[in-house]
Amino acid sequence: MTEYAGVPGLVETREAYGEVTLVIDPARIVEACTYLRDVAGFNMLSDIAAADYLGWGEPGVAGYIGTSDGRDLNAPGSQGHARVPDPKPKRFSVSYHLLRISDDPARVRVQVWLDDGESVDSVIRVWPAADWFEREAWDLMGIRFEGHPNLVRLLMPDDWEGHPLRKDYPLGGEPVRFSEEEA
Amino acid sequence: MTSILPSAAIYEGTRIPSRVPTILDVDPAKHDPEDILRVNFGPNHPSTHGVLRLVVDLDGEQVAGIRAVIGYLHTGFEKTMEHKSWWKSITYPARIDYLSFHSNELEYVLAIEKLLGIEVPRRAIWARMALAELNRIHSHLVWLGTSALEIGAISLFWYAFDDRDAILDLFELAGGTRFHTRYVQVGGLAEDLPPGFTEEARRFCEQMPRSVDEYEALLDRQTIWLERTKGIGLLSAADAIALGQSGPILRASGVNWDLRKNMPYLFYDQVEFDVPVYYNGDVYDRYKVHMDEMRQSVRIVRQCLDRLDETEGEPWIADDRKVVLPPRHELHTSMESLIHHFKIVTEGYTVPEGEVYVVIESPRGEAGCYLVSDGGPRPWRVKFRPPSFAALQATATAVQGCLVADLVAVAASLDPVMGDVDR
Repeated sequence: MTEYAGVPGLVETREAYGEVTLVIDPARIVEACTYLRDVAGFNMLSDIAAADYLGWGEPGVAGYIGTSDGRDLNAPGSQGHARVPDPKPKRFSVSYHLLRISDDPARVRVQVWLDDGESVDSVIRVWPAADWFEREAWDLMGIRFEGHPNLVRLLMPDDWEGHPLRKDYPLGGEPVRFSEEEA
Repeated sequence: MTSILPSAAIYEGTRIPSRVPTILDVDPAKHDPEDILRVNFGPNHPSTHGVLRLVVDLDGEQVAGIRAVIGYLHTGFEKTMEHKSWWKSITYPARIDYLSFHSNELEYVLAIEKLLGIEVPRRAIWARMALAELNRIHSHLVWLGTSALEIGAISLFWYAFDDRDAILDLFELAGGTRFHTRYVQVGGLAEDLPPGFTEEARRFCEQMPRSVDEYEALLDRQTIWLERTKGIGLLSAADAIALGQSGPILRASGVNWDLRKNMPYLFYDQVEFDVPVYYNGDVYDRYKVHMDEMRQSVRIVRQCLDRLDETEGEPWIADDRKVVLPPRHELHTSMESLIHHFKIVTEGYTVPEGEVYVVIESPRGEAGCYLVSDGGPRPWRVKFRPPSFAALQATATAVQGCLVADLVAVAASLDPVMGDVDR
């Protein structure tokens, strides 16, 4: 834990399930990642995972099953929560999973928190591997990465609207071709 | 112990394109823009291993620029899994990377088990390992057969698929289906291995190393194969790490890195095996790594089978009625078992709140699973780290200086499974 004390922009260090999470100020993510690569030796970016916490802790939303009309098939309160989960600081988290390929291997999770509309600087200049991972997070979760030279959709079609992995994007919200009644 | 990083580089400096790492732009200093012909390679092309589309800029036969386009097989697995209970969503990962079905299932179940803190009986762990290694051989055989087919060695395809069939028979024996077995269950296995499994598997282990020797003899002394693979699709160790490469690609570039050795999980620290490393970073070395890995996997399977014989009759799933389905026969006699069965199947079990990232060495390398649980019966967020996805990011670096005919060989050597790339 102490080896991460010098990471720039460090907000909080957490350890759970044997994994270390470094929460970083989004404004200093590039600085922090450069430090982790050059000083702490994390030479590989394993993954970038974005998560949407809209409705976190509210019964019903976790299992929201709906259509484009917003029909909720699940009665609230049937979610089986033993307790209300701890609140999250903002709506979105972006987790960078780093790996140190050396004789002293280690993994660390770097996390930034963002609200809708907020953006974070791209780490593509630190690890080129970030290219598609950031595009995927933009495409499916709508996280903007400033300074990415080619931030366009990756998995969804170019003309797609919305970001499907967001919690307010319903399952079944995809338009079905030829299902409209002919006028 | 040898050092992890190689001492000599394959080429000077870096070849990763400077503007966008995954797009090779046509260099006007080297190619006259008038001569450039833009060709769509794929998405529906038999040698793209699925639906990979490469937009290639050709100058004569030379590849001057390239851009990989993916997403044609995107089915939204991660979104769908958020809407299924933990118990039911285990069927999905196997279908993401359909060649390493068992590894993907394993990685997801290991992540759930990490959140639950459940202890798995040793017999189940040995069985998981044996099947994971069989799955690795299966995946490598499909890779070998199709890659050789694409370069023109047709007969190898039939030989490789013959052995692949023998592995699928073993999976059928264990789980009842030939692939997408859903044999891994949280807490252990869905069923015990049937009697006779270890004998059948041993018979396969006797025959498989001989088959690998035969395949190598077929290809290694063939001039066409050597000319089409040696010195093609170069990737240096530094570039491979920067681009997030893993598994056989990384080891063919001289990086002595295997999660089974360097960050062991399951019982990999209790078995003997070697990690094959090659230093030229070309298509040929990636082929050599795959061949050696099949031999090493057979070695691991043999050791697992010995342990499976030793643990015969031991439990194969944890005894935790809140998570594990009760034995079928108890449903007819025990009210409590019936209630547990009903609760698990309808509502599902709850998993403690938290986030974990579990990574295993799948046939294609670093296969990760990031899970977020809100303490409820469904995953809040599931994110897979697909090794094929990372592998395809290296196309723009690896194809530099290639001819259009080499493109097929290079793309195949990166071993992308499009289901894994697009999810």
